[in-house]
Amino acid sequence: MVSYVVFLLVVAGIYALLAQSLCLAWGVTGLVNLGLAGFFAIGAYASATLTKWGGAPVPVGLLAAMLAGAVAGFVVCVSTLRLRDDYLAIVTLGFAEAVRVVASNEIWLTGGTDGISGIPAGLPRDWGQGFHLAALGIVTAILGLVWFALRRLVASPWGRALRAVREDQIVAAVAGKRVTRLKAEAFAIAAAIAALAGALYGHYTSYIAPEIFQPLITIYVFLAVTAGGNGRPTGAAIGAYLLIAFLEATRFAAEILPGVSAVQAAALREASVGVVLILLLRLRPRGLFPERNQKAPA
Amino acid sequence: MIEALLQALINGVIAGTILAVPALGFTAIFAVLNYPNFAIGALATVGAYAGWAGNTALGLPMVAALALAFAATAVAGLAVQWVAVKPLESAGALMMAIASLAAGLVLENALRFTFGNDLRGYDLPLLRDWRFGEFRVGPQQVQNFALALAAMALLWAFLRYSRTGRAMRAVADNRDLALLRGVDPVRVAAVTVAVGAGLAGMGGMLIGLDTSVDPLVGNRLILSIFAAAVLGGLGSIPGAVAGAIAIGVAEELAVLAFNPAYRLVVGFVVILAVLTLRPAGLFGARAS
Repeated sequence: MVSYVVFLLVVAGIYALLAQSLCLAWGVTGLVNLGLAGFFAIGAYASATLTKWGGAPVPVGLLAAMLAGAVAGFVVCVSTLRLRDDYLAIVTLGFAEAVRVVASNEIWLTGGTDGISGIPAGLPRDWGQGFHLAALGIVTAILGLVWFALRRLVASPWGRALRAVREDQIVAAVAGKRVTRLKAEAFAIAAAIAALAGALYGHYTSYIAPEIFQPLITIYVFLAVTAGGNGRPTGAAIGAYLLIAFLEATRFAAEILPGVSAVQAAALREASVGVVLILLLRLRPRGLFPERNQKAPA
Repeated sequence: MIEALLQALINGVIAGTILAVPALGFTAIFAVLNYPNFAIGALATVGAYAGWAGNTALGLPMVAALALAFAATAVAGLAVQWVAVKPLESAGALMMAIASLAAGLVLENALRFTFGNDLRGYDLPLLRDWRFGEFRVGPQQVQNFALALAAMALLWAFLRYSRTGRAMRAVADNRDLALLRGVDPVRVAAVTVAVGAGLAGMGGMLIGLDTSVDPLVGNRLILSIFAAAVLGGLGSIPGAVAGAIAIGVAEELAVLAFNPAYRLVVGFVVILAVLTLRPAGLFGARAS
């Protein structure tokens, strides 16, 4: 039971990192990233290949994952930043699919659909419970760092400019903000955070494969961020822990439903995610921790 | 080599014409309601199952099954619109797009709950391919091609000659002017969603006829649909047709040149290239 809770807390920490990414891109800057699962995968593969086959230490893998995520984020967003916002949504949705296809077919690099197993963790796995507790400590510490940095960024003049871009690009441009550049910076940093989450996932579970990086992950994170409050890093992080609690609750609820097959139970769980997201968007779009108005500096 | 190219071209034009049907649905909803409906893949799946049920359980002939697919998907599309999307109209196009994505997830899983993950096949006679010299074409392929053309001809006539169709084009063209002329926006939006979703359902059924039906059959199309619509210019009706045929051909050529799995990536590459070089697409007017 304890190890189950520890495992869930590690996974929730990783989702909270993804939620930080979406908070910055969507909540603060207004850029919808429907390809979150793709950036998650890029980070996981970058770090796993470097550490397993390149022999690099895990921290180097994590940094490389962030760099790969930022570059991918820049490439994906740059063509759409001058267009209507929904073009970015279309491109990112396509990106996540393209990443999965490439990961399934470039067997020399990614192991194809078999995936990559035996990814080093940087910690001895034979510590048993100690390994999971150490991983929990590391993931939570990294989440804390990212959360703290993001809070500072959001409160900084740069963060204010991002919110101005979100509210009205034309006004922001008239006020002398470089809108395209700000959007590219925010999106690339957000993609790097998602990639970091992917790298941590790979090192913790020791196994990654294309089927893990389902588009469903992206919807999970939208649910987490919407529940917590998409404009605040704190809300997004708490939303991720609530998401994991909700997903586990639906798992138990689906098990005790009489006369429902395993496939049906899985379908009910996925559908419930969609239903809750629709309800939240409609009833409480600003989440549990709504964004607060910031006072103008004197 | 030349034969292989020409064969790919034939297959591509046929596949592209079928792809044009759901792409028209997506682009029509975008033109009139001004948001990308990400439930379009799940809606295509609804049509594929409706047509399959009509064909196998009720024994309907293909044209009747196609009409059933249209009707069932129109209802599902209206449900998505009214329950999930419409309440968020004031929150902007992005919120509507996210809500449609969530609604698509619900539809897909409602189908999975009912029918399971198994592949379902239509009740079709096995026919030998027709051969023309070096080339071969399946009779089923030709039938699907003809059905897709007929659906598009009906849509064209509807948009050109009916009062509602003209009102739809007017709203797409200039919403404010259309409202000034007394067009009822609620009615036009409802008809557009019904027709757009219905087209997606017909497209899903035609693809299902060619392959098989499972809860993800429509989702596998979604990148090609987006690519067709973006290439033609989001919101452009003739653009969606031209874009779909171009994507169909490009996908077949990609299968010839690379690993067949990379068919899926063609759409993504085309979207990136079009948005970088000519965001308005072939026929589109507005992008920014």
